[in-house]
This record gives sequence, structure tokens and C-alpha cells, in this order.
Amino acid sequence: MKLILSSSPHAHAKNSVHSMMRDVILALLPAAGCAVWFFGMRAVWLIATCIAASVVTEAVCRLAMKRENSIGDLSATLTGLLLALNLPPDLPLWMAAVGGVFAIAVAKQAFGGLGYNPFNPALAARAFMLISFTGAMTTWAFPRGYEAVEAATNATPVDAVTCATPLALIKKGDVAQLASLKSLLLGNIGGCIGETCAIALLVGAAYLLIRRVITWHIPVSFLATVFIFAFFKGGVPPVFHVLSGGAILGACFMATDYVTSPITAKGKIVFGVGCGLLTMCIRSGGGYPEGVSFAILIMNAVTPLINRYTQPKPFGRA
Amino acid sequence: MKTVKSSFKFHGGVHPEYHKDLARDKAIEAIPLPGTLVISMSQHLGAPAKCLVKAGDKVVKGQLIGEKGGFISANVHASACGTVKSVELKQGAAGGYANAVVLETEASDETAYMPPLDWKTATREELLKRVDEAGICGMGGAGFPSSVKLNPPPDKHCEYLILNGAECEPYLTADFRMMLEHADRIRTGVEIMRKVLNGPAVRIAIEANKPEAIAAMETAFKDIEGNVEIVILPVLYPQGSEKHQIYATVKRIVPEGGLPIAVGCVVENVGTVAAIADAVTLGKPLIERVTTVTGDGVNEPKNVLAPCGTRYEDMVAFAGGAKENVRKVLSGGPMMGFNVADLGISTTKTTSGLTLLTEKSVFQYSSHACINCGTCLRACPMNLNPAAISCAVESDDIADAEKRGVMNCIECGACSFSCPAYRDITQNCRRAKAAIRARIAREKAAAAAKAKG
Repeated sequence: MKLILSSSPHAHAKNSVHSMMRDVILALLPAAGCAVWFFGMRAVWLIATCIAASVVTEAVCRLAMKRENSIGDLSATLTGLLLALNLPPDLPLWMAAVGGVFAIAVAKQAFGGLGYNPFNPALAARAFMLISFTGAMTTWAFPRGYEAVEAATNATPVDAVTCATPLALIKKGDVAQLASLKSLLLGNIGGCIGETCAIALLVGAAYLLIRRVITWHIPVSFLATVFIFAFFKGGVPPVFHVLSGGAILGACFMATDYVTSPITAKGKIVFGVGCGLLTMCIRSGGGYPEGVSFAILIMNAVTPLINRYTQPKPFGRA
Repeated sequence: MKTVKSSFKFHGGVHPEYHKDLARDKAIEAIPLPGTLVISMSQHLGAPAKCLVKAGDKVVKGQLIGEKGGFISANVHASACGTVKSVELKQGAAGGYANAVVLETEASDETAYMPPLDWKTATREELLKRVDEAGICGMGGAGFPSSVKLNPPPDKHCEYLILNGAECEPYLTADFRMMLEHADRIRTGVEIMRKVLNGPAVRIAIEANKPEAIAAMETAFKDIEGNVEIVILPVLYPQGSEKHQIYATVKRIVPEGGLPIAVGCVVENVGTVAAIADAVTLGKPLIERVTTVTGDGVNEPKNVLAPCGTRYEDMVAFAGGAKENVRKVLSGGPMMGFNVADLGISTTKTTSGLTLLTEKSVFQYSSHACINCGTCLRACPMNLNPAAISCAVESDDIADAEKRGVMNCIECGACSFSCPAYRDITQNCRRAKAAIRARIAREKAAAAAKAKG
């Protein structure tokens, strides 16, 4: 008998980083499918470019750092997919590739790889791209079946290829042009390729909740804060703020990133509320119509502090 | 007597695969007397017993061969008749060394038991003394001496006697078979303990996946007087942990660093209760126990009644022998069991099981960086932050681990079990606890030296 010696426990739940990342990728497939439906081959190319750039960069970085190859954990694939879903449909592919490289090389591997990055890599790359490629990052192509296409082109004849996002319309006060609630749910509106269809995102989020990959704390506190803020702010019905822009994609898939969000339930709620407040502050008073990315990135920076003040109390401690 | 369902759920817990079907339907079988027994002087928690015999001595089954070595300690008796071959340091399952009596047995019906007592007429003090003399300690795993549990300090009163029949450790079925086959002994033990503890209410805690045991207990306790309830616990690991069982049955929380008696509870494993009954009614000390020999690495998994000190190789041989491809031998089950290096180790009063795992059931892994997912926090029944404690230990910051309450860790393994990055969280908690205990011992020694001048 050749015996192995190790310390207990000798059993495992057989989950893994790989299985968790795989679940998140699966949960994003409905949204990716909708992206392809609404934006066609452009979406396919964006997704493929971002994933390829991320995975290749991951492999190259690990090689250069003389560390174990980590593409097998699927985290780079997920980062690429998330980044792609956060990009406008007509973005030049080389820009998307630059984003993927930035996400992995600068926002992730420079800090030591998965587990050590302080900021969500996909969002850090998006922020980088928004500043570097401002024009391309804020030009929105029309989705298939855009309901107000006539009206929009008539309203802005000079800029006929650009479709205004609901949040841009809200910001301009052009509420008359605003998409219907039905369109917000289905996704035939302007925006990043993966953020427009609320139903597809919510189906994915439900899958993650059922599989216990994420808990309800961040999505619910995030979206509830957006709703309540919008309710008191007045103007468009609060549900428009929840369904527009990247709120659902951000709350369910980006803010819930393990590495960059607090670890305790209490901390997650603080984090979610903070994200919601910052999102609405930026949407209401900031220079950009949308603030989800920046809100989450700012809260990422606060995560260690939140962790520090939301430690669990041991069972039996008074 | 009534049966109720527990409605108090503690935080955390996990659902390992149970694999109890391997041995649950196998009736308890007594092992033929092995030729050699190795009886350790440290089968319990606390100070080892002082060995009373030497090489060449003849001993009789039930004879006292080790005298308790302190207040928290227990007597050790010869598990069979025979001749002492040697007294030597032997390694135990947990890795530590202790004096052990190597006994060459001989078949004989002779016994040196204590005189039987009638528990109904015996005084509380007589019964307590008997439990003490019989060397009884908790047979669930920790081995806390029962005489200490049964004799709370004068300012404490036991309101609840909780019988631990949860047996939440995967694979093991020894307690299950005890409840099924020896319900009457358990009942007698309960009545004795109730008398010693001045009539506390009794709660018999059993996990819901053991309906036959629940039925057997219901039958045995049907006509008992007083406040007795069978509490059906949800199937959740570590339901058998003392603190969690107290919460699940009577909703009391043992304070940090405290014993169950701090909240008026005494918890005793069902096997121990049966041993108490034998000590009183038969005068028989704790010299044998039921051990489940199981796992996919043995040919015929079974529940074995064996004298304390039986070598693992004899246990495994009785269970049809080990398969070729065994890769791990565990003293206990897979969650809390000790991994042993060979089969030369011997059973003790606390050996509830031997689990042999083949290649297929052995999980081998390499650790990744912590991804901060929080799975361990949700799994930890003590509501600790295992991820942070583990990271603190890895950066040698034991003080931080202590601040985060690592001393509360019960080493149940739920954190490592559920960690998707396969980190050695439980082991890191153990390291921190050992370092803290060593520091406290150093401080004590320094203070004592200073006081001496």
C-alpha cells in the first residue's frame, strides 16, 4: 500500500474556481445571444476579439512572470466576455483588443493575477477605453428593431448613425424619445452590446443565485438604491433607471466579482448601496450619462475598508 | 416523551457525501480476540494515565492498568486477559506519542470487573465514582472525561442532558448501530445520568437521515417519565458538534471559550451513555467499543465491536482486508479523521471509525490564490472569517488570526471542504491555534518562574 498523508478534511465539495467562472460565463450566454441578435456579426467579432486578447495576454503574462499558466481557470475568458458586453457595437476591433490587453496585463496580472487585483479588470479596461477612445466609446449603433428609429433620425439628422441611449435622452431631458418599458426589457434600445436586454441578464442572474455562485446582497442592494434614489429624484419613473444603461449588468455580474467586492453579507450590502448611490450621483450630476462602471470601480477601492469594518462575530461571542 | 423537529438552524454548515450506506445495514459484529493489543495510556482528553503494570505482569480483563493522571484524565483498564510484553512509547492516530501497554492476550473468561450497582438504590456519589473509576470518556471523538461532565461545579446546574446521536461525520455508522441494537442500554445510561445530574430534562438529538434510530429510541423511551424529547435535527454537517447541537436542540449559545455547562447543558455521545450503563449495571469498565470499518478501500465494510487497543491491521483484516489500491487510511471519517501512515496504530476509546479510501475517493489538489469568494464564511459554523484567518497565518500574523477568533475554530473542515481554490484553511487554523497555545504556555511558565523569584 502506498499511502498518502494529508491533513483533514479528506473530502471536498468538488467545486472549483473553474466551475464558478464557467457558471458565470454560462449565465452571460443569454445576454451574449441577445447582443448577437440585436447587433449582428459586430457583436460576434467584439466578443471574439476581447476574449482572444484577454486569454492570449493572460498566457503571455504568466509566461513572462514565470508563473503557472492560469487560462484554465477561465477567469481571463470571463473578463474578455464581460468587457465585450460593455462595449458599444461599432467600436473598432483593435480598440477592443487594446481593452482586453489592458484588462489582463495592467488591471490583473500586474497585481499578481486572479485574487490580487484591487479593481474589476473588465471595468478598469472600460474606464481606460472611455478616457482614451471617448468618441468611439460613446457612439451607439441602432439595434435590430429599434422602435423609435424614425423619430430619432429625424430629431438628430446630422448624426443619423448614432442612436441615443435611454440615459443620454434622460440626461438631455428628451424624455419624449425615451424607449418604452417593453423595449427596455427586451433590449431593442441603444447601448453597450450586452447591457440592453434586461430579461436576458435577469435570467442569467437567477441562474447564478440558484447555483449559489453569487448571493442576493449586492444585486438587490445596488438596484434597490438606484430605484429609491430615482424615486426621490423624480423625472422619469424609477424603473427606467434600473433597466437602463449598465445597472443590471453591473449589479449582477460586475459588482459581484468576488475578488473586488466585500466578503461578508453585511459588507456586500454596504458595497451595493454605495454602488447604487454613486451610480445615481454620476447619472444625475456627472459629466457622463452613465455611471455604473465608475461607481463600481470607486467602491472596489473601498472594499478593503468595508471588509475591515464588517467582520463576522464568532458564534458565542458576546 | 415526544418527538419534535429542531427549528433552530445554526449559521453555516456543509453537505458532504455521506456514504453511510456502505455499513449502515451491517449488524455489530464482535472481532475474535486479537493476539496482541496495544493499549494506550492516552485514550482521552487531558493528562495521560499513569501506567501501573510492567513487562511480564499477568493481567485480567477489566483490571486497572493505568490510573488517571490528573483531574481531567481517565483510568485505563486491560481490554483482555494476557501477559504484558512491554510498556513503550507508541504513536497514536493524531500523531502524538504516549505510553502504551503491549499485551499478549490469552483466551479466558476471567474478568476483574467492579461489583455491579443497582442504579435505583445507589447514591449519586456512588454512581459518579463508578463512572470515574470505569475510565469513561466521550466516545464521539474528543474524549472528554465523563466524570468531569457529570460533576458540574457547585454554582452550575445542568438543566438539559443532550444525547448526541447526530453522527454527522460521513461514512460512520457506529452510533447509528448502537441506537438500533442497544437502545435499552442507552435508556439505562440516560436514567443513571439523569440521577447523577439531579434530574435535568433530556433531549435525544438524531439527524433526520436515521429514521430507524429515531424509531428505536422512541420505542426504548416510550414509557419514561419526566421531560424527555427526541429532537430530529436537519441533515447538516457539523450537526454533531457540541455547541451546534446545543443550539439546534435548546437554542442556547455556549459563550466563547466556555463549556456546555455554562448554559446548563451536558452533551454526551450515545455510545458513551451505553458505556455508563455497563459500568454501573455490570461493573464493566470502558474496554471495548463499536468502530465502523468502512470506505471503498475495504472489502467488507462493517461495524466492529473490538477491545480498545486492537491494531488497525486486525480491524481491517476482520473487515475482509484492504483493497490493493488503498491510498488513504483515516482514523475517523473524512471530515475530521486523522490520516495515518500505516496500520500499526491501535484503536482507543474514541476511535469511532476507520475509513480506507482508494485512489478514486482520494481528492488530490494544488492550492490557488484566495479569490475572496466568501464560500468559507458561509460554510463556517462558528461564523468566523476563515479566508482572512488563513491569509493571516500564511503571512505569519498569528496575532491577527487570534483577533479574528481563531481559537473558536472547531476544526470541522467545512471551510477547506468548500473552498473552490483548494486552500488549506483548516490546517492554517490549526497552525494558529497551536502557536497561540504554545505562546500561552510560555507566558504561564514565565509568570510562574517570576513568581518563584
